[in-house]
Amino acid sequence: MSPKKDLLGIETLSVKEITQYLDLADRFAAVLERPIPIVPSLRGKTILTLFFEPSTRTQISFSIAAKRLSADIVNFSQVTSSVGKGETLLDTAKNIEAMKVDGVVVRHVAPGAAKFLAEKLNAFIINAGDGGHEHPTQALLDLMTMRQHFSEFKNLKVLIVGDIEHSRVARSNIYGLNTLGAKVAICAPPTLVPLNIEKLGAKVFYNLDDIIGDFDVVMALRIQLERQDTGLFPSIREYRTLYGLTKERVGRMKPGSIVMHPGPTNRGIEIDPDVADSDKSVILTQVKNGVAIRMAVLFIHCGGRLG
Amino acid sequence: MANVLIKGGRVIDPKSKLDDTFDILIDENKIAKIGKKITKGDVRKIDARGKIVCPGCIDLHCHLRDPGRPDEETIESGGRSAVAGGFTTICCMPNTDPAIDSEGLVHYIYREATRASLCRIFPIAAITKKRAGKEITEFGELVNAGAKGFSDDGDVVADSNVFRHALEYSKIFNVPIFEHPIDENLAQKGMMNEGLVSTRLGLKGSPAIAEEVIVARDLLLAKFTGAKLHLCHISTKGSVDLIRKAKKEGIGVTCETCPQYFYFNDEVLASFDTNYKVNPPIRSEDDRQAIIRGLRDGTIDCIATDHAPHCQAEKELEFTSAPYGMIGFETAFSLIVMELINKQKFSWAKILSKLTVNPANIINEKLGVIKKGAVADITIIDPKKKWKPTLNTIQSRSKNTPLLDRELIGKCIGTIVDGEIKYYLED
Repeated sequence: MSPKKDLLGIETLSVKEITQYLDLADRFAAVLERPIPIVPSLRGKTILTLFFEPSTRTQISFSIAAKRLSADIVNFSQVTSSVGKGETLLDTAKNIEAMKVDGVVVRHVAPGAAKFLAEKLNAFIINAGDGGHEHPTQALLDLMTMRQHFSEFKNLKVLIVGDIEHSRVARSNIYGLNTLGAKVAICAPPTLVPLNIEKLGAKVFYNLDDIIGDFDVVMALRIQLERQDTGLFPSIREYRTLYGLTKERVGRMKPGSIVMHPGPTNRGIEIDPDVADSDKSVILTQVKNGVAIRMAVLFIHCGGRLG
Repeated sequence: MANVLIKGGRVIDPKSKLDDTFDILIDENKIAKIGKKITKGDVRKIDARGKIVCPGCIDLHCHLRDPGRPDEETIESGGRSAVAGGFTTICCMPNTDPAIDSEGLVHYIYREATRASLCRIFPIAAITKKRAGKEITEFGELVNAGAKGFSDDGDVVADSNVFRHALEYSKIFNVPIFEHPIDENLAQKGMMNEGLVSTRLGLKGSPAIAEEVIVARDLLLAKFTGAKLHLCHISTKGSVDLIRKAKKEGIGVTCETCPQYFYFNDEVLASFDTNYKVNPPIRSEDDRQAIIRGLRDGTIDCIATDHAPHCQAEKELEFTSAPYGMIGFETAFSLIVMELINKQKFSWAKILSKLTVNPANIINEKLGVIKKGAVADITIIDPKKKWKPTLNTIQSRSKNTPLLDRELIGKCIGTIVDGEIKYYLED
């Protein structure tokens, strides 16, 4: 199967395409366990990470992934918030083109920004998060982590808790999980539930205590503290009371179930420290799998061949 | 001034209920004769066989960016674009820089329009000083200078009391108040229609209720004041339903929609093409269908373009940073032909009433009619013509349309203003 030039989102991926990423990531995960965890697959290739939003783990994860594949990696970050400041995305794109990089990993606050670059550049584009739209490598690493814990996706019950409205992680996971046959639900205050989300394949709940015992996976999302100012919920305290993953709540989850979080966590708000550090938590496994997934993604889109 | 003879066209005039093949002879700036097989030497002849010949079309809603943004549009370039689209009269909105809120600026528009000598350009003046939403402008002086109505378009008049006073005061002059019905608090600077597609794309949505809340408020105020309310760019099913009910009650309201609201639905936003970013946003398929029903049953009086030029640099940004608006003069008839005539089987008479007699009545002008002695403003449409708008052929100074390089059907091929041919496209 010849891959598409870019990875912009999970929405349009088939079961076969998702599985290809996951299978390859499993192989790279094994590489990462070796004493010298490096392969020469992408020697001579140049990859640029272009981050217009603050990020630590995603950019580092891509950098490490590229280094493990022997690619040259150049990191650039510039936090911009509004129109007309500095160089436009189009100019940035043209400059990149002139410097002849092979691939660009981009994060931007505007939905569609990765697609915008993909249409302008010959280099392949990996979307590392475009506003509230998609974050495909995060969803893939989440799927990889779930697959390590459960035999199959069919009928796997996954609950995503938190700010769904603004979450690209939620959207990418909803797409991927539905494609793979899992059952997805969300739980959030109605003010943070986007219109018609159920039509994307997510049952909607408002009361976490009623349902937390029904799920194999509970994924908490980071709550942006500044949302409180826009009146979407009255206080952090009330948010924690209603939607926080406390030890008591997690204690009522199914045996064998897991707790996930895409990070970075607000400890003591959407997830309590003793839950984040508990046996149920796979948060650090997610981070670890992130490198393998990004190796797989870079490898496939860079046209690497398996030796 | 050379006389013009338009030969063999299908002459349709909703006002005088003409719909037959006629020749039309124009003498000076008046329609001199309408009849079968008129012969006359020494006239400019236009072969209109197979074409629609109708009263010059009137666009109640456009943005000419003049004064303020000559890089995007001027009175002249806008006029050129308008006549290429078949419009002989256009009403320009006052959200310019500075806003058209004084007599001098109304005079400026007329002066520039006369200098350009393309089509009739009527200013709509600001409802409030500097469009700030606080104090109403000097309606009397502005009407006297030639303003045909008032609007703070681009912004709603958020203060209900200010809007009440504007409606009341407009009654002295019997002029319409054009409202831009969008509650900014509910719209939350949304990028597109709020619904399934915005949820999929993660783009901030502007909900239909943001429009409907203001439509409902304004209808109540129109009823209360008895003034002439004109609701701009209606885009939602809820608005159409509210206006339909209000008209049944006898409330003095008129409204317009634009081609983008009956031609597109919000699925097109998945392209993230910033040319689809307009305000109000392109709505859902349900809304689109309701707009078509509103056009069919007469709830919607007019088709306006909301022609909104933006320069390339502003539109070539990521979606969230691009401004709202698309140009509309030159493609309006294509979208009308492709959707309303060809697909929805509207009669030409019904469509043309929304581009001629209805808008003329709203701004109290005796335009939009073909009869002996009437002013010779005439539009000629080729409903079968296939063409593509391109960067080189678009007359507007701005090129922000998602229809660029797309094959379209139906085009204005001739525009006569005050007896003079201002646009003619040779076969």
